[in-house]
Amino acid sequence: MKQTGTAIRVENLYAGYDNTPIIENVSFEVFKGEVFVILGGSGCGKSTLFKHMIGLLPPISGDIIILDENLSSATGKHKNLILQKIGVAFQSGALFGSMTVMENIQLPLKEFTQLSESSIDDIAWLKLKLVGLEKNAFLMPSELSGGMKKRAALARAMALDPSIIFLDEPSAGLDPITSAELDHLITDLASSLGITFVVVTHELASIGTISDRIIMLEKNAKGIIAAGTSEQLKKDLSNPYVYNFFNRTIDKGEK
Amino acid sequence: MTDLPKFNISINDSNAIIAISGRLDSTGTATLLQNVSQKISRATCENLIIDLEDVSYLDTAGATFISHLKMFGKRQGFKDISIINLKSEFSTLVDLAKALQQKDYSDQIPEALSFVEKKGKSASDVLIETKEFITYTGEITWALIQSLKHPTKIRWADTLIVAERAGVDALPIVALISFIVGLVMAFQAAIPMRMFGAELYVANLIGISMVRELGPLMTAIVLAGRSSSAFAAEIGTMRINEEIDALTVMGIDPIRFLIVPRIIASTFITPLLTIFSNLLGMLGGALVITSMGYPIISYYNQIASFVKWNDFAGGLLKCFVFGILIAATGCIRGYQTQSGPSAVGISTTRAVVTGIVLIAIFDGIFSIIYYYIGI
Repeated sequence: MKQTGTAIRVENLYAGYDNTPIIENVSFEVFKGEVFVILGGSGCGKSTLFKHMIGLLPPISGDIIILDENLSSATGKHKNLILQKIGVAFQSGALFGSMTVMENIQLPLKEFTQLSESSIDDIAWLKLKLVGLEKNAFLMPSELSGGMKKRAALARAMALDPSIIFLDEPSAGLDPITSAELDHLITDLASSLGITFVVVTHELASIGTISDRIIMLEKNAKGIIAAGTSEQLKKDLSNPYVYNFFNRTIDKGEK
Repeated sequence: MTDLPKFNISINDSNAIIAISGRLDSTGTATLLQNVSQKISRATCENLIIDLEDVSYLDTAGATFISHLKMFGKRQGFKDISIINLKSEFSTLVDLAKALQQKDYSDQIPEALSFVEKKGKSASDVLIETKEFITYTGEITWALIQSLKHPTKIRWADTLIVAERAGVDALPIVALISFIVGLVMAFQAAIPMRMFGAELYVANLIGISMVRELGPLMTAIVLAGRSSSAFAAEIGTMRINEEIDALTVMGIDPIRFLIVPRIIASTFITPLLTIFSNLLGMLGGALVITSMGYPIISYYNQIASFVKWNDFAGGLLKCFVFGILIAATGCIRGYQTQSGPSAVGISTTRAVVTGIVLIAIFDGIFSIIYYYIGI
């Protein structure tokens, strides 16, 4: 389901902790319905950018505009309304350990809608079916495997039918088959339901499969050093860092 | 946002047509089914047609609504139920919601236990746990004996750090509580004693009760709340992070490595803190007595003549045992930590509860022993 328009716009963002920017003057756009990958080595500011985009940290300066509303300047109720339009699946899953998988998914529906119990139950079941966990609805998060936790987290992120879903390291710690299944699920959801995905990762294998467009951050540049499709970046010889990253090579003789 | 969905029912030959328009989302569908179902039940047609031409938005809540509407129609006895004019962008979700008809939890919901089974299970859990507790107590005792045979193998640096955290850092709270208990007890006792002109004998009361009972008991309870829970949380977190497994695999006995230093530290700091507690409690009493006009030396003489060295020694002896109990329960409960986010919380709670219960039981045992040996 292809859509047109901008889902997220990041403008001149300076982001970091305690007024010390880790990324400086970053601007980019995420289009509706695409799988947008934020890439980079360890410590380049991927997670910092991610936390800013989901409103957990306020930018030092600059704006993050989600579906035409400025998240950076929003506060209180207005901010919560914007946040309800996005879903976030954290790296560890962040499922609530005292609730079953089903209750985890029902929670946002119970909090933010007036739907009847049976509707909430059915919607949660459909989300579980989408991620293939309908047979594990009554397990506790501690009884799930790593891949199942990630899928349950994705189902919870989708609970309120957000048009944008943020995923932090979806393939980290998964075996290649589970990781490929998850990649397939992401591309499937993006194409069939038109959900926009913003994925933070450094798994080369999944980048090729899922990404429509990529931006790559780098620690020393404190910002974006390359942008484009995975094919474009793979062939890019202009920046040795990008080349080494995509081809898993190291500079010999250089520090 | 007042863009609530609307519906219109028309009847055409043997067909009832429901035309739905607007946004079919979680807000819009919350009461829609109820409203629609009240109207359809009155219509007496053979077929039901759901017209979705004017639906501007449809999400999972909307698709679920459509599925519920179809199921409702079936229950009402409509022969054929069909959807017309479904926009292609909504078809994925409406197709997905068809799966709701196969929704079946029956094989997943765990069987509920009967009353007798529940009681039996909790009784067996208690027995298993008690067995574990006894096993660990044995293991710890053995590790302690081994450590005392080879004192160089004890991790003294760790022991000192624990002693500082659980002992020196606990001094302010032990001092505060003891001082206030001494003060309040002296004050409350002085009022009735004054009627007999016997205020000075409050000193005897404070002296003997602090040294024999309250000093050791209060210190032990404060440490059970403060240090035992900390031990349980530390060791429980290590258990969850697989650090204890890592120690075992490296061939390091976790009991010698983690528990022995804590027990040694706790055994030595509890009596020291108790001495402080005794002193501060008596100081609290002194404040009351001096404020009543007696010189502090008479308070001191009164206590010194009444409280014997064996009272003091009896109190301190208890503290060694309390010290072992506090550290051992904290460590064992931490060691028993299961997995899950609330596991460490459960362990710390159980450490404090078990610690206090054991302190109370052992205090009773000591009272009986002291009574028979005449201390």
